[in-house]
Amino acid sequence: MYEQLFLLRNYEDRIYYMFLEGIMPGTIHQSQGQEACAVGVLFDVRKEDYMTSTHRPAGHCLAKGVSLESMMCEMFAKANGCCKGKGGAMHTGDISVGAIPAVAITAGGMPVAIGAGLSCKMRKTDNVVICFFGDGASNEGAFHESMNAAAIWNLPVVFVCENNLYGASTHINQVIKIKDLAERAAAYGMPGYVADGNDVLAVNKAANEAIDRARKGKGPTLLELKTYRRCGHSRNDACGYRDKQEEKEWFEKDPVARCKNYILQQQLAAPVELEAIEKKVLQQIDDAVAFAKASPSPEPQDALLHVYA
Amino acid sequence: MATLSIAEALREAIREEMRRDERVFCLGEDIDIEGGFGGAFTVTLGLSKEFGHERILDTPISEIMIAGAAVGAAMTGMIPIADVQYGDFLFCMMDQLANNAAKMTYMSGGTVKVPMVMRAPVGATTRGAQHAQSLEGFFTHIPGLKIICPSTAYDAKGLLKTAIRDNNPVVVFEHKLLYGSKGNRAEKAALSPVGEVPDEEYLIPFGEGVIRREGKDITIVANLLMVYRAMEAADILEKEGISVEVIDPRTLVPFDYELVIHSIRKTSRLMIVEEDTKRNGWGAEVAAQIAEDALYYLDAPIVRVAGYDVPVPFAPVMENYVVPSASRIAEAARKLMKS
Ligand SMILES: Cc1ncc(C[n+]2csc(CCOP(=O)(O)OP(=O)(O)O)c2C)c(N)n1
Ligand SMILES: [Mg+2]
Repeated sequence: MYEQLFLLRNYEDRIYYMFLEGIMPGTIHQSQGQEACAVGVLFDVRKEDYMTSTHRPAGHCLAKGVSLESMMCEMFAKANGCCKGKGGAMHTGDISVGAIPAVAITAGGMPVAIGAGLSCKMRKTDNVVICFFGDGASNEGAFHESMNAAAIWNLPVVFVCENNLYGASTHINQVIKIKDLAERAAAYGMPGYVADGNDVLAVNKAANEAIDRARKGKGPTLLELKTYRRCGHSRNDACGYRDKQEEKEWFEKDPVARCKNYILQQQLAAPVELEAIEKKVLQQIDDAVAFAKASPSPEPQDALLHVYA
Repeated sequence: MATLSIAEALREAIREEMRRDERVFCLGEDIDIEGGFGGAFTVTLGLSKEFGHERILDTPISEIMIAGAAVGAAMTGMIPIADVQYGDFLFCMMDQLANNAAKMTYMSGGTVKVPMVMRAPVGATTRGAQHAQSLEGFFTHIPGLKIICPSTAYDAKGLLKTAIRDNNPVVVFEHKLLYGSKGNRAEKAALSPVGEVPDEEYLIPFGEGVIRREGKDITIVANLLMVYRAMEAADILEKEGISVEVIDPRTLVPFDYELVIHSIRKTSRLMIVEEDTKRNGWGAEVAAQIAEDALYYLDAPIVRVAGYDVPVPFAPVMENYVVPSASRIAEAARKLMKS
């Protein structure tokens, strides 16, 4: 798990630096600070399980098993990117590992998760669907329609709300009146739980319970993970709307550092072992960057491929 | 005279109208959070200082509600200016806009008025297919909606003020690369046209296009960013001895056909340039209308240069290929001169 957390953090950091250098096109919505959500939830899911993601998909995709190289190539708009350069950061995905291309319309992936859940059920598989979304997304009609449908049809969908306290610049307290978003589950007749989204083990435990329920045909769950972005909402966002004290408190709860400290305190691994893991991961990222840079760009006319009507 | 960017001109229009009429208010996501962005492209930045958060209303991320609330408020005595962060999300609002905003006046036999404004940024900016579409054409298909697309600061202010005073729903399409937003909301490939805007009040009536450049061989009708691409093409073509007249219709509904017909009587060649996909676009409508009403003035088939019929791809090499460029416009013009 630590390896994955470290990968997600350093993948995003590297992307950020390359963005600042100006060598990467497009825009970015990064997930530093929220790594424990993606890793904890997805650690034990199967490749055959599906996932829907958001405008902030990198962590989800890496944790679901989308290849690092193909993601890096997509970021560089290369022909061998996971979306062949057509999708870009906000649509990262790879259906062959169950990562449905991310939907950048807030809550727009949620009804799609219902469809995938229906499909898993109708095809009589025991696969599940992990549906990621943000706190802000829970105010969209699509959220409510999806929650209700999953409940009435008893679908194998786990709704994972990463509550990072903000939808873009808007604080959650300004747009919802309840304390925990998990409370909304009751309105649809499904269980709702809150977990510490910066504690990868807590997330994993809560997620596995929900996943298990879904797999056994016992229906959907809403899981609210309390977390925080370490980064801006998108490129060039200095977070002028956030309280500095709030930032400080949350930064101290950093999920990557916390996992590392836990491992060391519990003596689950020696410092040198972790260092070796870190070194390996950094090398993988370096390799992916080099690979992406050396990869071919699509031809302009490739824009005309993959549309059939 | 003040020199303003389009974002500033829009902001000034809103400010003046909000001062003039207490019924005017803004609503949308992140439109003026303290320390925030002032909407996705800074248009509403700082307005809450003067008008407070009751009239500069930051909403939850709930597009159906935003559009529907604008309809409801408009019908009952207010004048809402609703904001969507990217035009693509208009699709989320489509039911409220197409079924309610556009139809309430009609369904009520004219007894209800819906004086609302819906502002939406459009255009491809390497953000991928869901943050890129130009939806003007889509909306021109709906009877009951007025559609405007200002491409200069002067027009932005004058047209938005007219929109706010109109008794019908008006959809304003603004181009991301033309805002001239400053600071960290500035777009990389932006053109940042700044323009002179008079200090005294002015309104621009709908349905009056302008000639951006006079010419005698070809008439090009283009909107938003494509006005600038057409002007660029005209510069290139001038050196080759082809004289291009560029018309910016400014509003698509209503549309200034008279101006276009007047121009083609002189040039006898018509090209329409739009960033949106070609199939069934507003350009198709203009072409058909001109063919119906004024075909006899033309010496050659009407030509459309538009986005190819694909979603907007992310990779810049592909995006630049899909969105009409000055050289693609120039090439089409050369061909048109030969036909
Ligand atoms: C339908 C729609 N409305 C608005 C946006 C613009 N937008 C992108 S991300 C975002 C905030 C989303 O907040 P949240 O769901 O909490 O996710 P987070 O960004 O915090 O991960 C907004 C408003 C969008 N992409 N789609
Ligand atoms: Mg959020």
